[in-house]
Amino acid sequence: MLKVDKVQKSYKKNGLFSSERQIILKNVSLECRSRECLGIIGESGSGKSTLGRLMLGIEKPDCGTVLIDGMNVEDRRVRLGNISAVFQDYKSSINPFFTVEEAILEPLKIQNKSKKENIDKITTLLNQVGLPSSYRNKYSHELSGGEIQRVCIARAISTEPKCILLDEAISSLDVSVQIQVLELLKDLKRIYNMSYVFITHDIQAAAYICDRVIIFKDGQIEEIVEIEHLKDVKSVYARKLLKSLITF
Amino acid sequence: MRILRNLSRDRLATISLLIIAVTIIAGIFAPLFAPFDPNEINMSLRYASPSWEHLLGNDHLGRCILSRIIYGIRPSVLWVLVVLFISVLAGAILGFLAGYFRGKIDAIIMRICDTMLSFPGYVMALAVIGILGVGLENILIAFALIKWAWFARVIRTSVMQYAELDYVKFSKATGISDFKIIFKHIVPVTFSDIAVISSGSIGSMILQISGFSFLGLGIQAPNPEWGMMLNEAREVMFTRPELMLAPGLAIVIVVSAFNFLSDSLQVALDPKLVISKNKYKENSPYSAVKVREKEVAN
Ligand SMILES: Nc1ncnc2c1ncn2[C@@H]1O[C@H](COP(=O)(O)OP(=O)(O)OP(=O)(O)O)[C@@H](O)[C@H]1O
Ligand SMILES: [Mg+2]
Repeated sequence: MLKVDKVQKSYKKNGLFSSERQIILKNVSLECRSRECLGIIGESGSGKSTLGRLMLGIEKPDCGTVLIDGMNVEDRRVRLGNISAVFQDYKSSINPFFTVEEAILEPLKIQNKSKKENIDKITTLLNQVGLPSSYRNKYSHELSGGEIQRVCIARAISTEPKCILLDEAISSLDVSVQIQVLELLKDLKRIYNMSYVFITHDIQAAAYICDRVIIFKDGQIEEIVEIEHLKDVKSVYARKLLKSLITF
Repeated sequence: MRILRNLSRDRLATISLLIIAVTIIAGIFAPLFAPFDPNEINMSLRYASPSWEHLLGNDHLGRCILSRIIYGIRPSVLWVLVVLFISVLAGAILGFLAGYFRGKIDAIIMRICDTMLSFPGYVMALAVIGILGVGLENILIAFALIKWAWFARVIRTSVMQYAELDYVKFSKATGISDFKIIFKHIVPVTFSDIAVISSGSIGSMILQISGFSFLGLGIQAPNPEWGMMLNEAREVMFTRPELMLAPGLAIVIVVSAFNFLSDSLQVALDPKLVISKNKYKENSPYSAVKVREKEVAN
């Protein structure tokens, strides 16, 4: 469904006069199937977030394409209501001038529904992510990190997209809250029949929620494993992660 | 509205705002406020000291100084505001384009800005006056030409910093149009930066315009302007120093008012402070308690 085809991306190297470019992603191809949760694990700096931005159509690849149902995501009308995202840094995920309601309303407004419908929808959404509907008039700095992340999830699912990209969405949360949010994501996935692209360092979280995991290294896909075969993984980085889990 | 409410809690800001408002109103309705015609010569009142009729006295041609100060608001303050508005607007549009879209647009706009900024401001103004001739409107044109590049630069930096935030990324990802994103997410947060830099630069612009008029390059006699009034008083600086007082003080007071206002705006426009402050003032019962505690402590 969401298909990344031979994508390459490079950034200008720092330095005023150097025209050299640093290649971040090399010839990446992958596919996230419908209703699947696809994990992407890799070291810091391996280019996961860059891949995420390309999949969201925020940035353009140097070459190659990202297609959703055969249409290019660079066109914003293709993205509209089809794709959504939750990011890591909860401090900047909601406009400080917006209340929770306004924040969730923003993607909903494009769908030309009546105001009353939207307001009702927000109530259900807030309940679904486990927040009381009285939170609708709060500002983001009045919420805790976990609560903001829940609001962001509510905002992401509000348009009932086909695919949500979660870029380290739970990494900055407390471990106990992480589990709650993972549970929530699992439930929502069942209700809305969405697919997730789950970018993380945390192999445990990935094992918990994902159906398939991609091991990412130096801008390339090193390995793709089904979650049942995770313990047979060959790549060095994943082995290291697994080992550190077992010793604990 | 909440910005005003926040400012009103700051006494210095309130006073500054009041001074600025009074100055602007007096300038716009100068014929109503000024007791005399500013250009009316009355040689019998030459160098007259303040009286009930002429509150600030009369100058070397017997003209009423108070009336001249009030009429002088127009070139010295009002036209500066107009020029500032134009250059901020031009700077903001280009700054938003450059900072939000990056890439080639950014490179082109910034190279033009660099070119404009590589000339020292005064030299540029003198060059424009040299080409177009002496006069207030030419100085104003020169100012608009110089300043927009500077504003574009500053605003671009501010926009760039906000355009990378996650809520902007989210809006982009969900397919909301760039135009909407700029207006809903970037303008409100950069507005505080724009307000602060522009109110901060009014002061220096007023001083510069007065400076040019002082040199005789700005508005031409007999029209009143604060810098020119200073220049006229200079000739009798040692015999009648009090003549410098009125225009000098007028400049100092207005410039300081703008500077203080810009400082207070910086605090008042911070979104977190703005929103939380208002909330607590309205809802929390214990702000009143705290005030009382303070009274007890005193
Ligand atoms: N806008 C940019 N301009 C230049 N270089 C960039 C840019 N964005 C990312 N990079 C570079 O790309 C590389 C990969 O960055 P990326 O953010 O994709 O890593 P990541 O895998 O998400 O890491 P982490 O797990 O720490 O989030 C880094 O070396 C970074 O310096
Ligand atoms: Mg990252």
